[in-house]
Amino acid sequence: MHTTLTITLGLAAAAATPLTCAEPSDQQTLGVLQRDFHARGQATMDRVVQDGLQRICTLSGDQPPAEVAKALEADQMRTIVFPSGSLMGEWKRGEAIAQSGRGSMWNDQTGAAAGGSCYNCHQLSPQEQSHGTLAPSLLGFGNKRGNGPQVQQYVYGKIYNAKAYNLCSQMPRLGHAGTLTEQQIKDLVALLLDPASPVNK
Amino acid sequence: MFRSRTSALAPALALALAALSVQGQDTKKEIEKYQKMIADSSPVELYELQGEALWKKKQGPKGASLEACDLGRGPGVVKGAYARLPRYFPDTDRVMDLEARLLHCMTSLQGRTREEATKRVFGDDDNPSEMEYLSAYVAGESRGVAVSPGTRHPKEKASYELGRTLFFYRAGAWDFSCASCHGEEGKRIRMQELPVLSTPAGARAVVATWPAYRVSNSQFKTMQWRINDCYRQMRMPEPNFVSDATIAVNMFLVATGKGEPYRGPGTKR
Repeated sequence: MHTTLTITLGLAAAAATPLTCAEPSDQQTLGVLQRDFHARGQATMDRVVQDGLQRICTLSGDQPPAEVAKALEADQMRTIVFPSGSLMGEWKRGEAIAQSGRGSMWNDQTGAAAGGSCYNCHQLSPQEQSHGTLAPSLLGFGNKRGNGPQVQQYVYGKIYNAKAYNLCSQMPRLGHAGTLTEQQIKDLVALLLDPASPVNK
Repeated sequence: MFRSRTSALAPALALALAALSVQGQDTKKEIEKYQKMIADSSPVELYELQGEALWKKKQGPKGASLEACDLGRGPGVVKGAYARLPRYFPDTDRVMDLEARLLHCMTSLQGRTREEATKRVFGDDDNPSEMEYLSAYVAGESRGVAVSPGTRHPKEKASYELGRTLFFYRAGAWDFSCASCHGEEGKRIRMQELPVLSTPAGARAVVATWPAYRVSNSQFKTMQWRINDCYRQMRMPEPNFVSDATIAVNMFLVATGKGEPYRGPGTKR
C-alpha cells in the first residue's frame, strides 16, 4: 500500500512537469466525472474513480517503469483465486461465452449470465470469421502449448486478471471485475486448451 | 415513406454481410465495397428534410420555431454553422456542441422545459428523436465547409484539454479508456474498423461524417449518442446529455480532425 502511494506520487510529479494552464488537475477531472455522469443499472458511480492500477497506467501512458510494473503485477496476482483440481470445463460452453459481448454494462441485467467478449478482440475458432484484431490470434493456442496443469493455471489466471501478467494490458480483469464466474472461466480454459475444441482443430 | 426506403435496403445489406462472412481473405476490400454500397443507398436526405420541417415548426409555450436560433453565426444562420462547433457562446458562458445549442434554443426561444425537451433525445428505429432530425438538417447545411471548432477562447482551450484527458482516462469495471479501442492503427472490434481518434488522420474521417445514418439498425445517430454508447460499452456509468464532459470529448475529436471539409451526414455500418 505504502509503495503504491509513493510510486503514484512520483509518477504524478513526473507528469506534472509539462502541464499547460488549461490542462485539468486530477481533482478537477474527477470532479467533472462525478458531476457529469450518473449511475445507471449496475454501472455505479464508483466506476469513475480510478483504482491504483488504472491511475498508474493512465499517468504513464500504459508504460510504467519496469520495477513499478513488476511490483504491481505481483499485487494483481494475489487477487486471483485459483480453484483446486482441473481447470478445464466444457469447450462448447466456452465458445458461447467467448461469443457473448454482454456483461457489466448499464443495460445488462444484474446477475444475468455475462459473456467474455473474447471474439471482439481475439481470433479463436476458425469457423468464426467475424473476430476482432485488437488482441493476438488464439487460433491453435492449445496445439502449441499442450494442456498440462501449468498451462491451465496460466490461462485461468490470465482470464481472471490479465493485469497480473501485463500491468497495463487492455484486456479486462474478467474474474476480478466479477464479470465471469469460476465455472465460466474454466469453460474458456477448455475452449483454448481442449484438443477437441475447434480452436485446436 | 421513410420505412419503405429503409426496408428496401435490407436485402442489399444481407447480401453484403453474406459476402463478408464467405470470403475471409480480402476482408478489407469487401468491407470497402460494402461501405460504398450502403453510402449509395442512404436515406440521410429524408432525415434532413424532416429536420428542416421541425426547425420551422412553431412549438412550445411561446409558439415559436427555431428559425431565430443562433448556432454561432448569428440568429437564423444555419449554413456553415455545424462545421464551426463546438465553440464558446457568450450568452451561456460555456462551450456548446450542436445538441447543447439546439437544447438551449428549445428552452430559450420556444419556452420549453429542459425536462420536456430531453425526454427522448435518442430515438429508435420506429421513431427517431426530434434531436436526431434537427441534427441531420443542421449538419447537412455544412456540407463542403471545413471543420473548424472554436480554439481561441480560454474555455475552448480548457474544453479541448479536458477532452484529451478524458480520452486517455482508464476507469470502469473493465479498465478501458477511449484509447483502449481507438489507440492503435489498423485494428478491428469484430468486423468494425477502429479509427485512431487521437490522430488527425483518424479523427478527420470521423468528424467529417457524423452525425450519421447506421444501416445495421436503420437509425440516425448523433455525436452525443456515439459518445454515450461508447461509455456504455466501456462499462462506465452514463454520461449526462450535453454535459461538459461529453462536449469536451467531442471538442477533442473535432479539434483533432479540424480542416477536413464536412461531407456528412454519413452512412455507417
